[in-house]
Amino acid sequence: MNDDTQVPARLARVTKRYGAITALHGIDVELAAGETLALLGPNGAGKTTAIRTLLGIVAPDEGTATLFGRSPRVAKNRARVGAMLQVAGVPATLTVAEHVRLFATYYPHPLPLAETLEIAGLRGLEKRLYGELSGGQKQRVAFALAICGDPDALILDEPTSALDVEARLALWSQIRAYVARGRSVLLTTHDLAEADALADRIVVLLAGRIVAEGTAAELKARARGATSFGLAGATPLESAFLTLTKGS
Amino acid sequence: MIANITMTETRAELTKLVRLPAYVLPTIAFPLGFYAFFGLAMGGSQRIGATTAAAYMLATFGAFGVVGCALFGFAVSVAVERGQGWLLVKRASPMPQAAYFVAKLLTTMLFAAVVVLLLCGLASEFGGVRLAPAAWLELIAALVFGSIPFAALGLAIGFVAGPNSAPAIVNLVYLPLSFVSGLWIPIEGLPPAIAHIAPFLPTYHLGQLALGTIGPGHGSAVTHVLILVLWTIAGVAAAAYGMKRDEGRTYG
Repeated sequence: MNDDTQVPARLARVTKRYGAITALHGIDVELAAGETLALLGPNGAGKTTAIRTLLGIVAPDEGTATLFGRSPRVAKNRARVGAMLQVAGVPATLTVAEHVRLFATYYPHPLPLAETLEIAGLRGLEKRLYGELSGGQKQRVAFALAICGDPDALILDEPTSALDVEARLALWSQIRAYVARGRSVLLTTHDLAEADALADRIVVLLAGRIVAEGTAAELKARARGATSFGLAGATPLESAFLTLTKGS
Repeated sequence: MIANITMTETRAELTKLVRLPAYVLPTIAFPLGFYAFFGLAMGGSQRIGATTAAAYMLATFGAFGVVGCALFGFAVSVAVERGQGWLLVKRASPMPQAAYFVAKLLTTMLFAAVVVLLLCGLASEFGGVRLAPAAWLELIAALVFGSIPFAALGLAIGFVAGPNSAPAIVNLVYLPLSFVSGLWIPIEGLPPAIAHIAPFLPTYHLGQLALGTIGPGHGSAVTHVLILVLWTIAGVAAAAYGMKRDEGRTYG
């Protein structure tokens, strides 16, 4: 077993309940150093709960969540991680640069402002108020806030779900550029193509349980071995996904 | 590090509010306008007990002003940032949680200080209010620090109310409370039924604490401070409860 402090993010036998609803049933997820991992699943599968548990926003009822071997419930233990959540509101009356500069102070070794703006594709927009930005530009600010601390790992909850095709492709290339710096990325998506395009490894989550895990190629191969569920017009990965989720 | 973050956070909070006319105009213009009208134009040198209306209402409209800064500053901004998920983004970051609340408190107290100093300027320039230097300081300190319990109550409203209902709830609390506590019309001039309710309200105690620094207050300063501390604790406890409740909400 690896030294735990080398593992950017880990959920170990995590169960999370909200009243009568069990959102996660004892799941194990591990993001390895340098890896891009996609948590794939339909809406309500527990992806957001998994992310919020990893980031310390909620505490697991059973099991443990760790970032680099430490509890995410302690603020300073989140200093090596940048996050993007699925939320609507960033205060509208601060400029792009003011937002990024403020967030950068939370981290011990932040990127220079210009570099963050460059990576996130926000050059020339730094003096604009957040409230005046387009949807795609707003998402780029969220990405900028995630990377401004030069974190070793990024945790992104449905980073592209609200974007149009062009903005989505742009964010993909920004995520890839970040991975190329030797960093780890954990992202959730309900989009198979996105998981295939970005991730080294895919974990399929359904109703709070992990139903499949592997590379995109492995998942396709496994689905071919199982009872065929191929739909006319579905891509191999889509049929794989359908087979895997149907079988559970 | 934490002090550094809190300072930057405070500057950002201040920038955010200064660019928000919906906050700046009412919190500054209302107390100044009301004081100019009731305290200076109507009251003037008329006496209330041992002092002039201009001095008396400097204390009470000062209390009215700082309560507004605190309630609107906290309740509305927290409700909006919580409702839209911005608070979650902050909580997922390495920002120490205290920095967020301390920054909002410092911002509120700074706005409160601006309102109080402007009122003092009006009072001394146009109301003929003359106080000993120590009394000026005591009055200003009582009012600025007196915003703290109302920041706590605003925080509680912010964690209970939705982003759209928060401003309405604040108005529903703020205006009647101020009136019943004698912040608009001296408590001596209110019907006895209302004057009997007043001691149950935090606004009454802040008003009397401020009046005590220039003479005509009822009750002891220690009692007022203790009661305001209890209200602060109640507000923080209610906010903590609301925060805990948010954590139990279902996510997809």
